[in-house]
Amino acid sequence: MFLTITTTGTPERPATDLGFLLHKHPEKAQAFSTSYGKAHVLYPEADDRRCTAALLLEVDAVALVRKGKGKGRGGAPDAALAQYVNDRPYAASSLLAVALSAVFSSAMKGVCNARPERAAQPLPLRIEVPALPARGGPELVRNLFEPLGWTVTVEPVALDAEFPEWGDSRYVRLVLESEALTLAEALRHLYVLLPVLDDAKHYWVASDEVDKLLRAGEGWLPEHPEQKLITSRYLARRWSLTREAMERLELVRLAEADDSEVEDIDNAVEAETEAEEKPTPLAVQRRDAIIAALGASGAARVLDLGCGQGQLVQALLRDPRFTEIVGIDVSIRALTIASRRLKLDRMGERQASRVKLFQGSLAYTDNRLKGYDAAVLSEVIEHLDLPRLPALEYAVFGSARPRTVLVTTPNVEYNVRWESLPAGHVRHGDHRFEWTREEFRTWAQAVAERHGYGVEFVPVGLDDPEVGPPTQMAIFEMGTAVQKTVNEKEAKAA
Amino acid sequence: MTEAAENASEKKGRVLPVTDLSLVVLVGASGSGKSTFARRHFKPTEVISSDFCRGLVSDDENDQSATRDAFDVLHYIAGKRLAAGRRTVVDATSVQQDARRQLIDLAKQYDVLPIAIVLDVPEEVCAERNAARTDRADMPRRVIQRHIRELRRSVRHLEREGFRKVHVLRGVEDIENATVVTEKRFNDLTHLTGPFDIVGDIHGCASELESLLGKLGYTDGVHPEGRTAVFVGDLVDRGPDSPGVLRRVMSMVGSGNALCVPGNHENKYGRYLKGRKVQHTHGLAETIEQMERESEEFKQEVRAFVDGLVSHYVLDGGRLVVCHAGLPEKYHGRTSGRVRSHALYGDTTGETDEFGLPVRYPWAEDYRGRAAVVYGHTPVPEATWLNNTICLDTGAVFGGKLTALRWPERELVDVPAEQVWYEPAKPLRTEAPGGHDGRPLDLNDVHGRRIVETRHSGRVSVREENAAAALEVMSRFAVDPRLLPYLPPTMAPTATSHVDGYLEHPVEAFAQYAADGVARVVCEEKHMGSRAVALVCRDAETARKQFGVDGPTGSLYTRTGRPFFDDESVTEEILGRVRTAVTDAGLWAELDADWLLLDAELMPWSLKASGLLRSQYAAVGAASGAVFPGALAALEGAAARGVDVTDLLGRQRERASNAAAFTEAYRRYCWTTDGLDGVRLAPFQILAVQGRSLAALPHDEQLALLDRLVEHDGSGLLQTTRRLYVDTGDPESVQAGVDWWLEMTGRGGEGMVVKPVGALVRSPEGRLVQPGIKCRGREYLRIIYGPEYTRPDNLTRLRSRFLNHKRSLAIREYALGLEALDRRAEGEPLWRVHEAVFGVLALESEPVDPRL
Repeated sequence: MFLTITTTGTPERPATDLGFLLHKHPEKAQAFSTSYGKAHVLYPEADDRRCTAALLLEVDAVALVRKGKGKGRGGAPDAALAQYVNDRPYAASSLLAVALSAVFSSAMKGVCNARPERAAQPLPLRIEVPALPARGGPELVRNLFEPLGWTVTVEPVALDAEFPEWGDSRYVRLVLESEALTLAEALRHLYVLLPVLDDAKHYWVASDEVDKLLRAGEGWLPEHPEQKLITSRYLARRWSLTREAMERLELVRLAEADDSEVEDIDNAVEAETEAEEKPTPLAVQRRDAIIAALGASGAARVLDLGCGQGQLVQALLRDPRFTEIVGIDVSIRALTIASRRLKLDRMGERQASRVKLFQGSLAYTDNRLKGYDAAVLSEVIEHLDLPRLPALEYAVFGSARPRTVLVTTPNVEYNVRWESLPAGHVRHGDHRFEWTREEFRTWAQAVAERHGYGVEFVPVGLDDPEVGPPTQMAIFEMGTAVQKTVNEKEAKAA
Repeated sequence: MTEAAENASEKKGRVLPVTDLSLVVLVGASGSGKSTFARRHFKPTEVISSDFCRGLVSDDENDQSATRDAFDVLHYIAGKRLAAGRRTVVDATSVQQDARRQLIDLAKQYDVLPIAIVLDVPEEVCAERNAARTDRADMPRRVIQRHIRELRRSVRHLEREGFRKVHVLRGVEDIENATVVTEKRFNDLTHLTGPFDIVGDIHGCASELESLLGKLGYTDGVHPEGRTAVFVGDLVDRGPDSPGVLRRVMSMVGSGNALCVPGNHENKYGRYLKGRKVQHTHGLAETIEQMERESEEFKQEVRAFVDGLVSHYVLDGGRLVVCHAGLPEKYHGRTSGRVRSHALYGDTTGETDEFGLPVRYPWAEDYRGRAAVVYGHTPVPEATWLNNTICLDTGAVFGGKLTALRWPERELVDVPAEQVWYEPAKPLRTEAPGGHDGRPLDLNDVHGRRIVETRHSGRVSVREENAAAALEVMSRFAVDPRLLPYLPPTMAPTATSHVDGYLEHPVEAFAQYAADGVARVVCEEKHMGSRAVALVCRDAETARKQFGVDGPTGSLYTRTGRPFFDDESVTEEILGRVRTAVTDAGLWAELDADWLLLDAELMPWSLKASGLLRSQYAAVGAASGAVFPGALAALEGAAARGVDVTDLLGRQRERASNAAAFTEAYRRYCWTTDGLDGVRLAPFQILAVQGRSLAALPHDEQLALLDRLVEHDGSGLLQTTRRLYVDTGDPESVQAGVDWWLEMTGRGGEGMVVKPVGALVRSPEGRLVQPGIKCRGREYLRIIYGPEYTRPDNLTRLRSRFLNHKRSLAIREYALGLEALDRRAEGEPLWRVHEAVFGVLALESEPVDPRL
């Protein structure tokens, strides 16, 4: 990994002053140990008119993998193969940012005893980063650097010249040019924005990262239009930390406005651990429709099959009509989030006794699911390969046999109304199929017939006259079909 | 007779028969010697005393306030023992009816016989004994008096209370001299090993019975090879000659040539013979009428015969259970009214169907027992195995056929009905009872921590967190479990090499096999693709019959059970090409099979791994390609200015060339495919065919079969596996193996897998030997260990890698894979096969160095 910093000058203000500003002598190649390998500073050119400093980090890839590992069983229990074949030795990632701050720490602070006046002044700068991982692409690179006064040149790097059909890689060649910034500002921009563009921090984000970000971002981050993205990516998308940093950034602004120390006002932060993502209106409508149908069925003991992150379980808990709510999902991760969302570990005994979450799978029958009033399969069936659907059908309608079953699934006809959805695409990457209203009805009626249920269909969301509603819901009631036939027979006999 | 029993009979003491699985309740006052009696006649672990339980919950064996909790504990322990099928002796006074009733309920709950042994000892003796004990010295005399009073009052009622045996011992001497003799249950015929011919519901079809017995090889009720017939009941009613059937069966049972369990029809007829009021429906009228012509003596014999029938039998060391209407595992060998009723009538859901008949509970679908259950009762068109159970009632009286099962051969023998003797109330249907193979497996078969018994490597345990991960993958991504009879095990690499410049080298692999006593190995080229397992059926009908699926003719899946292609038609196209090759090579007939299971490699790697290739490998190539020109130019610039960067420049040049080699290495795995053009399948083992596992077929024979398969492939899909045989004890041969590998990997090959030619091999100490060891090429390892792994300082560090866990994992997964194949071959139920397959997937989620 590699970058160069170039400045130009005149005999009166020689470019070689860059050596003083960086605290690195232009006639020497110097090496510095950092935690991830050796950093070298050298000058490929250095005269009065033009001086270039190069920072080259020799990353020790093997040590990178072994760091912090080695716990039994051949080490690296949580390692994925990806870590061993790694772009870290080549790309200008967060490791380079760490090296930058280690090697040029004084320069970053703007300290230069030899040329104090030059350190405080802007100078012509050209920074080149030949392999910069840039998640978000050239556009984001521009959006991040241009507001800071840089002229940005950014060229994509092809993934593999032999396979042009693979397209561009996530790397770009970046050139930044400016005459309006000090060297310290430039280095701080790089220190924050390299890891932000890399978006894959190599070490655990600790809480002091927040302080580092605030220090390096002083004077430019609070005003940056992409401030939120920079903050959340820098902190590796750890929500709690992001929230803390966000609050503190807001407080920083208030503190600045008040000309006072930030600590004076930021002393009562009780960080929220979980942020509720904003539910889409359709999800809310779906939940309301489900709760209404459950209420109409008179169900008290309810299964949420495929409960995901527990949004429906949470809504059901607020309604005292539901005395027992069981959330089942096959994903432990989803259940963990659901459990955190519901704050199960802190819930009072009475409330906690109403709700259970456990791992289960609708590809198998499960005795624990027997004997409930109702089961909800909300946006679940489309996540199954069609050939596995009969197994789910039997597990729910044949084995668990709740009195009422609600099934919701997208109506594929409606997809033409989603402006953001390219034609022919499904709404979610994991949707194995999406059905038309006709297909859903055919399936649901066959299921009902096979298992002795009656079925009705309810639109969820705006019922478009042409393509129907965005979500379709089937309400199965045990025995109603049988009843109907009997009634018909009686009617005929009469 | 045991020594103790002999001694006892010398003293002319009482002999008390006690059933081997029962709840024995000792009844006696405090100080009557119950504990001493229990100690003398039962194993210490069989006896639970209330005093002991009182001590457990309160630290004081005589704390009467702890009595309620103590009995909770006592009942709990007794319940656990009885559920596990262990005789249990309760040592408490049990002089009160209420206390005994709880124990009788417990015995009923676990379907075992309650037996009472009463110790009636004079009050003085009890008092004297208690006085001698420090902890009971101050027990009031009136307590003992009350005990004795209650005991004497209850003795007469014990049988009515529900005790099936009551032994009353009066006085000290009687108790001293008594002997307990363990009796087997009537249904326990585990010592009989047959061979058996189990015959389905006959319903008075005497002529068909004679034909069937003849076909089975019986002459006048006797088999020349000493086989035993076992009748599942329903001998009578509906058919033309119930007396004839009874006569034949009774004489065979009487002469020891047959066993018989009762059906609901005999049972009802028996009640009729005893003069009970029964409805003459469901064909009973015919039997009554036919029997009218028989002698009174014969009727008496029939009555006695029916009366003496035992609800079900456990046979052949517990491997076989025969009963009329099917029996869940928890009732096997149990003795209660509930068990009898279940054995006679089966379980119903409480609903009735459109014909007004009770809907039977599909108990066989839930059955997970190791014993085969053979039964009748519900007419089905074909006798088929489901979860190790089979119904032999093929509706002979309704014009179907009379069926017998040969045991242990598991062969079906049948004769057609001569005519429709009786019109069925409803048509025979395949789905009854529970013939739906399409129904899913149960979560209990896979969920949570599990221990899988394997034939080849004992118990393999699966941890809960691994099972949870496997459940997610299996449920969300895998192919239908019916089409997933196997998952391939992981493979350990060769021991780390110390040859200069190499991390892996074949020398160590040959040496390891030599050390394991394997003289001859085969080196197979490691294909540069993705592992694929292909289940190929001869046609859709075979897939339906053998695997219960409608539509697909097999499956093609990855090492985690995911379908290789999202598009089913692509899978079918590939299966079709393989099928044609199998047909043209004449392998269906030669292997006597309609399906086969291939272990193979599907190429190119980029077909399935293009995402990984692009995001990981190509990305590294792109980054390195972008960074080095500038970095090298900068270093050269500095050098030109006289700055000393010689070492650094040298290193960077080396890194640049390593990175270029890396790019070359991954590029070999990528080629463009168009539809199936360019796709290759290289099979290297036929794992199984219909009816048998081929996992132990030597690799030279395997490869010979597969070569013919490849030869007969006209589509260009199949690719041969190059190989070389090496004698691990012969240095020249070993060198030839090394040279072969060097040549192959030098040309960019991935490497090779070394396998014992014998395939399934054990070491001299009896351990399973690794089924294969991989030796990966020096260049290939760049894409595993990174572009720069060959630098000497990197190699030195990388050599300290830990292989033991990977090796152990490889063996455990191998054992599970073999187990899945064996279970399938032996016709075991799907859940048993799936359990082993699931185990492989779960173990794959164990933490292990992913570079190995």
